[in-house]
Amino acid sequence: MNPRRIRQIRRGIAMTTGLGLLGTFAVFPFIWMVFTSVRPQQDLFQSGNPWAFSSFTWEHYRFLMFETDYFRWLANSAFVAVTSTGLALVIGTFAAYALGRLRFRGAGGVALVVFATYLVPPVLLFIPLNTVVRQLRLTNTLWALVLIYLTFLVPFIAWLLSSYFAGLPRELAEAAQIDGASYLQTMLLVDMPLILPGVVSVFFFAFTLAWQEFLYAFTFLRSSDKYPVSVGVVNELSVGDVQFWGELMAGALLGSIPIVVLFAFLMDYYVEGLTAGAVKG
Amino acid sequence: MTTASAPSLPLDDPAASVRQRRASPLGPTGRRRASETTVGLAMLTPMVIVVLGLVGYPLVLSIWFGFTDTAIGESGEFIGLDNYIANWNDPIFRRTLWNTFNYTVTAVVAKLVLGIVMAVLLAELRSFQRLWRGLFLMPWVVPSSLSVLGWVWMFDAQFSILTWLINSLGLYDGSIRWLGQPGLAMAAVQTVNIWRGAPFFGIMILAGMKTLPRDLLEAATVDGASAWQKFRHVTLPHLRPLLYVVTLFSFVQTMADFQIVWLLTKGGPQNSTHLIATLSFRNAIQTGAIGRGAAVSLFLFPFLLLILALQIRSLRRTDR
Repeated sequence: MNPRRIRQIRRGIAMTTGLGLLGTFAVFPFIWMVFTSVRPQQDLFQSGNPWAFSSFTWEHYRFLMFETDYFRWLANSAFVAVTSTGLALVIGTFAAYALGRLRFRGAGGVALVVFATYLVPPVLLFIPLNTVVRQLRLTNTLWALVLIYLTFLVPFIAWLLSSYFAGLPRELAEAAQIDGASYLQTMLLVDMPLILPGVVSVFFFAFTLAWQEFLYAFTFLRSSDKYPVSVGVVNELSVGDVQFWGELMAGALLGSIPIVVLFAFLMDYYVEGLTAGAVKG
Repeated sequence: MTTASAPSLPLDDPAASVRQRRASPLGPTGRRRASETTVGLAMLTPMVIVVLGLVGYPLVLSIWFGFTDTAIGESGEFIGLDNYIANWNDPIFRRTLWNTFNYTVTAVVAKLVLGIVMAVLLAELRSFQRLWRGLFLMPWVVPSSLSVLGWVWMFDAQFSILTWLINSLGLYDGSIRWLGQPGLAMAAVQTVNIWRGAPFFGIMILAGMKTLPRDLLEAATVDGASAWQKFRHVTLPHLRPLLYVVTLFSFVQTMADFQIVWLLTKGGPQNSTHLIATLSFRNAIQTGAIGRGAAVSLFLFPFLLLILALQIRSLRRTDR
């Protein structure tokens, strides 16, 4: 065999091994969760044989839907994620336009503060914010989450969109202004349509951030009817030492579906939001 | 990605004030337009309220709490550095500091290495690149508070699939208490963090590799460079600024991690996996010692400032 052929074979083996190992590492936990969620309870608790599979069952899903507040948790997650992301998009877009498009003294300083805020992790804030939530009389309400999620959504959106706005040519906006358009009209009707893909990426990415959040929800909420999916599954399905593994896995999978479906359709937007978010910010 | 495409933000732009004067202040009707400064400040106001009220004020409040003996339901007295001294003399806290350091450094390095491998594999793929990218991204996209539950089950002391695998391969006989032994438990939480975070590195690095000029690689090929030499001397130097920024970013996220450890071990066994986040949660929320808990969490603050300073420096460099 010639050396070129040998190189190709070696390359093929390396690629297959690498993809196989990394792919298994990435995906196996999900496969195992699916497998766990469709087996009857007695199959899950067989020492020495984790593969036991006597019959297929929807029982864990049925239990989840009819004997827990699961739909309530899903609705709560959706409400919080949609409301907070929507609100953050309005606030963040105005800020982004000001920072990326308008020239005025102090803009640089504000941009730095936005960037810094974006990096502050929830761990530094959840203790005092718990007090703030109490001061605002929002303890154990979904509005507490909507409000507090603005702390990471708004800086994220403002920072990202400002670089999109800054990248636009100025001529169109100037022409519109000469024709008498106000700043607001210029922003909404001239510049926004040009960065629409960016807005979609940012919105989608921010939505996943809100859906994934755990620490704040875990801290501020006290009763099952207020939990989002993440907290509900954790708090209500692991009672003492008896773990409802089938129900837990079913709940974790169902709670991930909205994100995974969105992701499947909008992966390129997601990747755009992700890469722009960390590189530009 | 870093150098080429990032449009410059008005971080420090001396020309800005000059350009500002260029636009005519009068609209076509002769009516005076609001100045850019007025409009700009008005547009920023909602965000400034959010940032000052929900980030700035809480940070100050937290620093104040750290100097007091505030507990849930009662406002505290100023006690100076007592919380910090008590923490420092507390073996659990010292253990937590070490854990956080160990957790962060190990996981970030592993994620960086795995991320590079992932990006190289994806870049080499001729077909199905999108499919593989999607698969690799799954752990990052699925909410970790939910996916970590799968890991809790896989690390079960009695019914673990991982134990079965180890037993079947003949590496070890008998049950393994993955989350019940200090060293193993730390390795377990690190593994889950790596599992979740590596795709972030992979996708970022892949995006960076796509901006690598093709002719550079072709020139190296013509010069007879091997694949490794090309990677080492062409790709890696090109990626350096990106790797720097992504690694710093991951440092912040990893050292502030909460739910992976909380869901897997709650900081146990024998506090061997407590991180700053989980210990401050236990102190402030579960025990109710808000002052003491705030003092724990504030240990992250200097590190955050340091990383922020490094990030801003690198941003300014790429802006020029």
